[in-house]
Amino acid sequence: MFPLPLATLSEAFTVTLNAYLYLAAVLFAVGFFGVLLRKNTLVIYMCLELMLVASTIALVAFSRYNGVLDGNVFVFFILTVAAAEVAVGLAIIVALFRRRQTVQVEELNALKN
Amino acid sequence: MSDLLFHLFALLTVASALGVVFNKNAVASALCFLLSLVGVAGLFVLLDAFLLAVLLVLVYAGAVVALFLFIIMLLDMQGGDRKRFTKTTILSATVAGGLLLTGLVTFASHGLVETADPAAVKVVGSSLRAYAEQLFTVYLLPVQIVGFLLLIAMLGVIVLSKKFEGLEDVK
Repeated sequence: MFPLPLATLSEAFTVTLNAYLYLAAVLFAVGFFGVLLRKNTLVIYMCLELMLVASTIALVAFSRYNGVLDGNVFVFFILTVAAAEVAVGLAIIVALFRRRQTVQVEELNALKN
Repeated sequence: MSDLLFHLFALLTVASALGVVFNKNAVASALCFLLSLVGVAGLFVLLDAFLLAVLLVLVYAGAVVALFLFIIMLLDMQGGDRKRFTKTTILSATVAGGLLLTGLVTFASHGLVETADPAAVKVVGSSLRAYAEQLFTVYLLPVQIVGFLLLIAMLGVIVLSKKFEGLEDVK
């Protein structure tokens, strides 16, 4: 199936599922605070991607520890959708910058009042 | 060995994620994001999802981060003077942080998920044949839909980045 050196990695597997879930939760929290605290739209977008990646870690870990493939296939779709989403989002940001000459969120208040 | 690698990759992932949030420079943030993705790809390898690890590096690290860097350098934005956070932001950040912390603590104290010994679980994620079987039987319709979605996204990006005449700026 797969070359041996990689296959032997899972032999001495003592990390628990909970460790992966903690990691995913922490990574999600970091991304969340990035979205909340940063003012640059591009960095906010990067932090959103970070949250998405954190959820994929949880999915792959669940899939691995239950011996099913569905989580992995779902991550496959998430990766595809994320690629499309990034392309569209960045196009919107570029269009926005062309209009307003800024990407700082506190200056993008055209809908206010 | 596997334990050590897990801690190493987890540390790399979280540390560079913090780097994304706390770097003032957007380019440095993007490079930290790249490093974080490498850590996640390593974790995927530890979870026997080799295909996903390769795809993550190709799609995210290869295409998405490159796109991000490209846009950052194209826009050449300046941070300008940094405004202080408003009271509302501070309040909502505190509330949200408290909720997240409570969730984490609850999860850590009595939310432990019981699973079988990972060494005893049959590894299904490492063979490409299994992916192909799933994708072309059970998940055939989602594959078609995702393909269509990519087409729509491509058309949308072309329309969005086109310059339209006669539209005045909203200031």
